[in-house]
Amino acid sequence: MHHPFEQSLIGLLGGLLLLTVFAMLSIRRIFSMIRIFVLQGLILSASTLTVGLASGERHLLFEAAFTFVLKVVALPVLLFHLIRRLRLRGDVEVVLNVPITMVTGIFLVIFSYAVASPLVRMAMTVSRGLIGVGLATILLSFLVVLTRRKAMTQVMGLLSLENGLLFSATNATYGMPMIVELGVALDVLVGTLLFGVFFFQIRDSFEKLDLERLERTWED
Amino acid sequence: MNTFLPFLGTSLFQMLLVGLLAPLFLGWLNIVKALLSNRTPASLFQPFRDWSKLLSKESIVPQGSSDLFRWAPPAVFALLLTSSLLVPALGTHGKTVAFGDALVLTGIMALVRVLMALGAIDTGTPFGNLGGRREMMVGFLAEPATVLVIFTASILSGSTMTFQTADALRSGTLLPTPSLVFGGLAFLLILLGENARIPIDNPSTHLELTMIHEAMLLEYSGPSLALMEWGSAIKLVIYLLLGIALFFPWGLAGDEGLSDLIRAGGFLLLKLLTAGFVLGLLETLMAKLRIFRVPEFMTLAFLLAILGFLSHFVLEV
Repeated sequence: MHHPFEQSLIGLLGGLLLLTVFAMLSIRRIFSMIRIFVLQGLILSASTLTVGLASGERHLLFEAAFTFVLKVVALPVLLFHLIRRLRLRGDVEVVLNVPITMVTGIFLVIFSYAVASPLVRMAMTVSRGLIGVGLATILLSFLVVLTRRKAMTQVMGLLSLENGLLFSATNATYGMPMIVELGVALDVLVGTLLFGVFFFQIRDSFEKLDLERLERTWED
Repeated sequence: MNTFLPFLGTSLFQMLLVGLLAPLFLGWLNIVKALLSNRTPASLFQPFRDWSKLLSKESIVPQGSSDLFRWAPPAVFALLLTSSLLVPALGTHGKTVAFGDALVLTGIMALVRVLMALGAIDTGTPFGNLGGRREMMVGFLAEPATVLVIFTASILSGSTMTFQTADALRSGTLLPTPSLVFGGLAFLLILLGENARIPIDNPSTHLELTMIHEAMLLEYSGPSLALMEWGSAIKLVIYLLLGIALFFPWGLAGDEGLSDLIRAGGFLLLKLLTAGFVLGLLETLMAKLRIFRVPEFMTLAFLLAILGFLSHFVLEV
């Protein structure tokens, strides 16, 4: 069961996925962030498809198609619509400056590579080398959520986190059972819709989408 | 003696090739940029015309400048022309030609940078001073990234000699490995930064306060200016050749058969045309960064290089 071509293709896609998260960390504009999210969805579905083809697991093919429909078509349309309705534009406000965030990101990558290396030896999948990349994607997405101040960009971080989870699951164990995947995907869709409603609520009560004010629990 | 003559011949040929390709590439790049911004382009040979005009003029030296100012342009030009021997242009046969590896190349580039900055500071004008300092800042941020990119490619091939690296990578698969993708992206950023291209510096202005490269050349005139500008063009082509050797080595000739070399020349021309188009497109699409964003840009290059280096050990074992 050797698939040298598929393995190197999956490795390449994993590297690109990591790159998109780093791009998300360094980017300063909301529109570009959503474009990067679309790219991430494309890479994720391509990598799921490749793993599916290499391993012969039928349900991964469905999952790839589903990922494509949800993350390359449905969610971006929803997000762009939200941005237009909220009249968001311009720069993303970052809490830390970008170079420091990037250096932290590199340390996260090293950490997750180190943590994943014993796991890699136990896993039996075609794409087991990429567990570290999946873990790094998850941690970096956390970093995106941590370093952004606007609600919209935090949600982008959460969505990218979900991408990372899906990627890890696919590469470590050929994915979760189909029913779980479907449930998660629907949750993400519904969650984004709910977030949209919340955005309007937050803006109405604070006149801003800045979450800094939510951190204060009492009037001072 | 037997090996010396062919060595001399190939070396001279390579220097001549790179020295002539440089103005042509610059002309092509300017054509692409002009066409993309709806201007009528100048001819492909415009750099030749400019420089031959400059070379026929007398050189004016500012009052109070030392010999350093006078000798910097020929030294820079000679160093850059010599360093063109360190990158494969047509074939990877050059085990006899190469006298150093990619690290020597970065060393020579550092020396060139120091000479340029010193020459600019020597006149004592504020602009030269400013340009020299900024050039050193960009350079010291770009250098570690360059070395890491070279190491990444060297791990894959087992040698830091650019010729052997290109030789080893040439026989690999067409699908790039993740580490090479990261390395290639890092190298693109380095190339833009080191050669004063648009997100870092605008090569076509003498009037902005944010200029770097042109600020260093403000005081030069006549033949000195021609040598400096020609040198910069050669530097750009050397970086492109290094990038081609490390990331797109397909089509380089292995042996020294004449037909092989001609075929390799065709490939090289094709690659340089593509590179010129891509560079022109990037320069047209991107806006110049604020000078305080430059460290951020170069940090990104360094981090990409580290990622490439790490990914080799994790993803490709």
